[in-house]
Parts: sequence; structure tokens; C-alpha cells
Amino acid sequence: MKKTYYNPEDLKKFEDITDFQEELGEKFFEYYGAVFEEGALTAREKSLIALAVAHAVQCPYCIDAYTTDTLEKGVTEEQMMEAVHVAGAIRGGASLVHSTQMMNQVNKLSM
Amino acid sequence: MKSLKAQKHDLSDPQVQLDVINNHSAKLKALPSFREKLEEMDLFPLRPTGIEIFQINVGYMCNMTCKHCHVDAGPDREEMMSKETFAYCLDALRSSDINIVDLTGGAPEMNPHFRWFVEEVSKMGKHVIVRSNLTILTTTPKYQALPEFFAEHGVEVTCSLPFYSKSRTDRQRGKGTYDKSVQALQTLNEIGYGRDDTGLELNLVYNPAGAFLPGDQGQMEQDFKRELKRKHDIVFNNLFTITNLPISRYLNFLLMSGNLDEYMEKLIMSFNPAAAEGVMCRDTISIGWDGSLYDCDFNQMLEMKTNSETPSHIKDWDEELLNEREIRINQHCFGCTAGAGSSCGGQTT
Repeated sequence: MKKTYYNPEDLKKFEDITDFQEELGEKFFEYYGAVFEEGALTAREKSLIALAVAHAVQCPYCIDAYTTDTLEKGVTEEQMMEAVHVAGAIRGGASLVHSTQMMNQVNKLSM
Repeated sequence: MKSLKAQKHDLSDPQVQLDVINNHSAKLKALPSFREKLEEMDLFPLRPTGIEIFQINVGYMCNMTCKHCHVDAGPDREEMMSKETFAYCLDALRSSDINIVDLTGGAPEMNPHFRWFVEEVSKMGKHVIVRSNLTILTTTPKYQALPEFFAEHGVEVTCSLPFYSKSRTDRQRGKGTYDKSVQALQTLNEIGYGRDDTGLELNLVYNPAGAFLPGDQGQMEQDFKRELKRKHDIVFNNLFTITNLPISRYLNFLLMSGNLDEYMEKLIMSFNPAAAEGVMCRDTISIGWDGSLYDCDFNQMLEMKTNSETPSHIKDWDEELLNEREIRINQHCFGCTAGAGSSCGGQTT
């Protein structure tokens, strides 16, 4: 059984989202293109951020796309993994920092 | 590691290679052809803009056996240009205004007539480029003396260094390559190569260590310069980024790793008309070890000699006819037209 919800071939169909809603789709892609252009951040820095975010949002399409993109931009394996650790730290931290709420509640309820 | 030829591998046959990149899967068969792409922009048949670079492949022997090598070079390859064929090259150069003589291989330094030929070309006042794998310059005293020889003759040294990290370089080119390359670059720097105002040009060639395209040449050059300076105090002039063409050992890698279809599709989807206008075969002629003429070093490896209506051997050199020839193309040519374009001198747009 090889069928899964994710098919790598679907990544190439991304631009087809305009078939069902042209105006919004086109606006999105125009925005997307502008975001990744060289700016105050380099295209390479943006690609690394995208790679980290791809892991945080757990998007397999984005992980494939930005692994290739960062390799093409000359990013090293070590840098790529450090970016993913940043995503991991923020995700882990986001859970753990909520424990202060748990602690507040414990303190409120406890004698 | 043996060459594909020594292994009697199917892919050592150029016809098999061409068949694979055209017909390996239903997906590949459905992709547009290079000819169709040129026709769309009214560039077919592709013709030279004028030969400016005389590129000689002096032999397929090499001290290394890199995984991506489009020549399938290695210690077991014995094809080597003879002195007689070199003499034909000198005759052609004497009769021509072509000013750049680009020596490649294999490891061109391993040809026994290499020094003599460089001296002869140098006497003509033409500019010589040697494509060095760097590691050869660290092997025996005979080769260790070459950097000085290069400097004496003002030879431009263009050398392969896939990446500024040891792991990625050694994965592609073999264990120990990175350290030896660093040693050779430091020697070249010591005698003035890559330094301002010496006129001794030292260029590096980056090619991706895998099934992906090279990034922006300017950005990559900045990274290489910063990292090589920081790590090893190495300086150089230019970085040339080169796309791997889907032939020979690199084609074998694409097939074995299951990346062929995706890679071909990516090359074709990234077709850049501006890069097609500036492909290197329009200003280069490639001479094989046996004197045969080709449109480029890649066509040479695919045994696609220059069009039958033009001279096919250096002894019959006729620059006027060669400048009017129809350049031979196939699906591998998409490697030179993807993205920012690719040539032996790096990006073409």
C-alpha cells in the first residue's frame, strides 16, 4: 500500500491553485515571489528561514523544496540542521513556556 | 574506483547515454526536446558566433576518479594526445587569431608533451588556461614543480573545488581531496597566484555535489572567498559555477539515485533563452585527444563530432568553414541553458 495523502508530484501543481480562484492565487504568488527576493535579508538567509519554518509547520512539500533551494544556494548540511534546531527550539520552547500557566494554576489551586 | 569504460559498463557507450536521457521513462519521452526549445526562439540551427576559445582535451588519464566526471577519466584511461596531434594544433593556432587555448583532460598535466606544448603556445603570445584538479600538483616532484612553470608562462589556472567544506568535496572527489586541494591552492598563492597585481589568475570551479543546480555565481563566490580566507588564508580571483550535465558518471549517479527524471525535468523547466543565446559552443571548438573536432567537451564525450559538412579533424583545420557549421545538439544541452546558464567559464548570463 503506497498511497498516502502527500504526493511529491503535487508540488509541481502548486501554481494550479489559480484554476479555482485566479485573482487571489495570482496575488499570493506575486507576494510569494517578492518575499523571497534579495532585500534587507539575503535570498540565502530567507531560504534558510523557510527551511526552518517548513519543519515547524511540518510541510513535506516545503521541506523538499527548501532543502533543494538551500543546497543550491551553497548552504552546508551543518547550517541546515542548525536552522531546523532553531525551529525545534521554538516549538519546544512554545510548549514549555506555557508551563508557566500550568504553574500559575497549580499555585492558585494549591494550599 | 574504476572508470565506467574499464568496468565495461553500459553507460560507457555514448549511444546508450543518449538513449537514456531521451527515452529512459515515459516522463522523459514526453519532455520537450532541445531542438524544439531553440526553434521556439528562432535559434535553430544553432551556429557559432565565432571561435574564440581553442579547447584541447589532451587525454582522459587522471589521478582521480570523481563520481560526477563527465569524461569518465581515471588512472585506467590511456587515451592521450600524441606529439604529432599537438603539432597539428600548433599549425591551426599559427594560422588563426584565436587567442585563448584551454587545456583540459583528465588531468592535462599527465600528458608527457604538456610542458612542451604550453611553451610553444606561450611563444605565440596566446593565453593558456589549464584546468587542473589541484591534487595532481601535490603528488610527485615533477608535478609539484608545475605551479612555478605555470607562473613563468603566465598560465591561467582554473581548478576544481566543489565546495569549501571537506565532507562535501571528499564525497564527490574522493577521500583526502580537500586537504590536498588546500595544500595546492596555498602553494599557488605563495608564488602569487590569485593575488592582486601579479597578473597570475587563479579561478575555482564549483559544481553541485548532487542532483541540484548551482546557485547564484556572485553569491557563491563571496561565500567561497570568505570561507577559504577564514579557514586557510587562501585567495583566488573568480569562482565559476558549472551545472552538471547528465552524461557519463554523473548520469550513472542520477540513474542509481533515482534522480534522473526529476533532474532532466528541472533542467528543461529552467531553460533560459538568454543562456541559449550565449552557450559556449558558439565561441568554442573542442579538440579531442586523437585530433577529432567537436562543438564542446560534452559532445566529445558523447562522440558527437562536428557536423559532417565541416572538417572533423584538426589536421584539416578550416576556421571559416567551422565558423559556419551547424552545432550538434541533444537533450544534454539543457545543462548549459538552465537558470543563469553554464559554461567552462561559469555562468553565461
